[in-house]
Amino acid sequence: MAEPAIELIGIDKSFGVVRANRSIDLRVERGTIHGIVGENGAGKSTLMSIIYGFYQADSGEIRVGGKKVEIADPNAAITHGIGMVHQHFMLVHNLTVVENVMLGAERSPLLGSGIAKVRAELKRLETDHGLEVDPDAIIEDLSVGRQQRVEILKALYRGADILILDEPTGVLTPSEADHLFAVLKQLRDEGKTIILITHKLREIMAITDTVSVMRQGEMVATRPTAETSVGELAELMVGRRVLLTVEKGQAAPGGPTLSVTNLTVKDSRGVTMVDDVSFTVRAGEIVGIAGVAGNGQSELLEALSGIRSATRGELVLCGREIDPVAENDPAEIRRIGCAHVPEDRHHMGLVLPFEENENAILGYHDDPRFNKGWLLDRDAMRRDARSKIEAYDIRPDNCRLKTVNFSGGNQQKIVLAREMERDPDLLLIGQPTRGVDVGAIEFIHKRIVAMRDAGKAVLLVSVELDEIRALSDRILVMFAGKIVGERGPGASEGELGLLMAGVDGTEAAA
Amino acid sequence: MDSAALLDLVDSTIRLSTPLLFAALAGLYSERSGIFDISLEGKMLIAAFASASAAAVWGSAAIGLCFGILAAVAFALVHGVASITYRGNQIVSGVAINFIAAGLTIILGQSWFGRGGNTPSLFSAGRFLPVHLPGADAAASVPILGPIYSGVLSGQTALVYVAFLMVPLTWWVLFRTRFGLRLRAVGENPAAVDTAGISVTFLRYRAVIICGVLCGFAGSYLATGQAAGFTRDMTAGKGYIALAALIFANWRPVRVMFACLLFGFLDAISIRVQGVSFPLVGQVSVQFVQALPYILTVVLLAGFVGKATPPRAGGVPYVKER
Repeated sequence: MAEPAIELIGIDKSFGVVRANRSIDLRVERGTIHGIVGENGAGKSTLMSIIYGFYQADSGEIRVGGKKVEIADPNAAITHGIGMVHQHFMLVHNLTVVENVMLGAERSPLLGSGIAKVRAELKRLETDHGLEVDPDAIIEDLSVGRQQRVEILKALYRGADILILDEPTGVLTPSEADHLFAVLKQLRDEGKTIILITHKLREIMAITDTVSVMRQGEMVATRPTAETSVGELAELMVGRRVLLTVEKGQAAPGGPTLSVTNLTVKDSRGVTMVDDVSFTVRAGEIVGIAGVAGNGQSELLEALSGIRSATRGELVLCGREIDPVAENDPAEIRRIGCAHVPEDRHHMGLVLPFEENENAILGYHDDPRFNKGWLLDRDAMRRDARSKIEAYDIRPDNCRLKTVNFSGGNQQKIVLAREMERDPDLLLIGQPTRGVDVGAIEFIHKRIVAMRDAGKAVLLVSVELDEIRALSDRILVMFAGKIVGERGPGASEGELGLLMAGVDGTEAAA
Repeated sequence: MDSAALLDLVDSTIRLSTPLLFAALAGLYSERSGIFDISLEGKMLIAAFASASAAAVWGSAAIGLCFGILAAVAFALVHGVASITYRGNQIVSGVAINFIAAGLTIILGQSWFGRGGNTPSLFSAGRFLPVHLPGADAAASVPILGPIYSGVLSGQTALVYVAFLMVPLTWWVLFRTRFGLRLRAVGENPAAVDTAGISVTFLRYRAVIICGVLCGFAGSYLATGQAAGFTRDMTAGKGYIALAALIFANWRPVRVMFACLLFGFLDAISIRVQGVSFPLVGQVSVQFVQALPYILTVVLLAGFVGKATPPRAGGVPYVKER
């Protein structure tokens, strides 16, 4: 057998008392796509950071092409032909594509000759791999998919033979993800080695040749992809069987909790994002809004929760008329009985440098339960936080820890616990499981169904079609700001996919 | 206003802009690298004091300049150690440096020279003197261009020419060299620089040292070019005005020059309109005229720089993320 492209032997890494990697062995064959799956916090990113020289292993060795190497910093990794596409792109937003590609690989103290070199190389990579991108474009003007392409070009320009991609599809639209996979397959066929880190099992099945599973800092299994299944991988990841479908009974909807009539919302640039939308959400049902990101779902949630003013329309929430055109006070809307789990927990849902117990009451800090006169009642807050930690199995169970130190799934549970424990009549919930590991997904889905079964109305917005289909009692599909169709929970993926792409269902059938 | 007065106004605009220009360019290097620097004022002050003291002792403006630069670089390194190595708060560190400079110059000045915080007056060798460009006297008789050449372009001190040459040089460094590319990148996204295999720490230290050198020029110009010796608190907020010019110019070198010329012009005007009677309003009070550049600074910053976008990573210590 040929020498593997890269081999790790007995890698150990601890951060303080946390053992992020425990005697990891990994063998990645040349010219393959090797997937690494695991829950958030399983140690995948740490392991890749060690390969890329961002951290040094406490013990163990790395072999590239059969030879033992020391990777002291990213420079050494680049020298050994290792390139990395980070989950959060390492691009400078106000520089051009050329400048970003050449940063750190300028070749001479003056830029002139290097720029010409980069242009020629970008041209070659474009023709060879279909990695087309305008070299003079400013990064922030490019779509997320294009920005990721620049990251790949950066690695290839530096002569990477081994390309590591950390959660590459988290930010991509489905078509961008498909294009990325095509590019990766082509690179593999040309002899490059690709390491793909993800927690989306379907991607692993679709594209990888071999898959390794990590759990709690350990490498628990490596399998040829063809000989494994989503079920087996999921079980290996969490160490027990997981339900990829949600068990739920028939919905028993009551009267309407939320009625939306002719709602139109423009974004800050004045572009119509929600266009004359009408629907109702009844008590005891989950209404899912499917759609590719950016088709107005975010603006719809913002208008309903009072964060953004609409330009037209009517809202009735729990029997009370609310004028969506007026400047609404989100706190007032919450008091009426609407809780909101925002799509982006970092941006809207949490203040990351705050302690967990502070985030656990954020937005409800006026509640007399948490106040003693003019002052916050710290003891009451911590008691409340501890009970939520217990009920939602938030880990680590320390309510004084800064929220930034919790994993994505646990952060999401903090937001969910805060909003659900208010016992609202309507729950608005956006991307409930984005960046959340498999174990937590199952928990969150059960909680959402429990809300419904308790007779509450749930409006679910998600770009994960599987999630929409698993949870919703009715599915509304949004495209270009309009609701283009309503389907039952049995709707097929293909049917919904066509609607999401703006193809009218009847036309497609005809 | 006749043409002689106009030329005089332009001439003093240039002279008054020079320290602002040095300081603002100093700030540009530091802030482009992601280290906010409100201690331009303090570094100018300590440099002015050090240069005037050294020039007074050794009777040489060049030695004065060297000491001015050394003092400012030393203070810049304090700011660097606090904000780069120890990841301290850059504003707090900057304020501390301003306080230290204000106190130290007075204490040392009093104990060394015993003149209430001032240094002895400098005579010709201890000062930067006007440089007469070749043919200035002959050209003076040529209409229009002649007086501009002889009265404005010629007859400035060497440091004025250095300051204005720093503008194209800074532009070239920033946009045409490897160091400049990395400098622009590290102020926006240090993680991108780090993952590209470049040391964020070393890059930022170099930027901070350049900042110190230029502050050294700024302070030395004040004490040994514009004036003849150090007087206590002689920077009088020029470091802050330079910072305002930097923000107003959106951290771009050529715009920095125009912003500094504008502030220098306001300063020059304020000297000239003292005691002059205006129609309708009559004689304007001296205090109001002196406050004019500062008032206009506030107005300009409030009204015109709505879109100022500072380097994104500015003020944030770089810590490797897990």
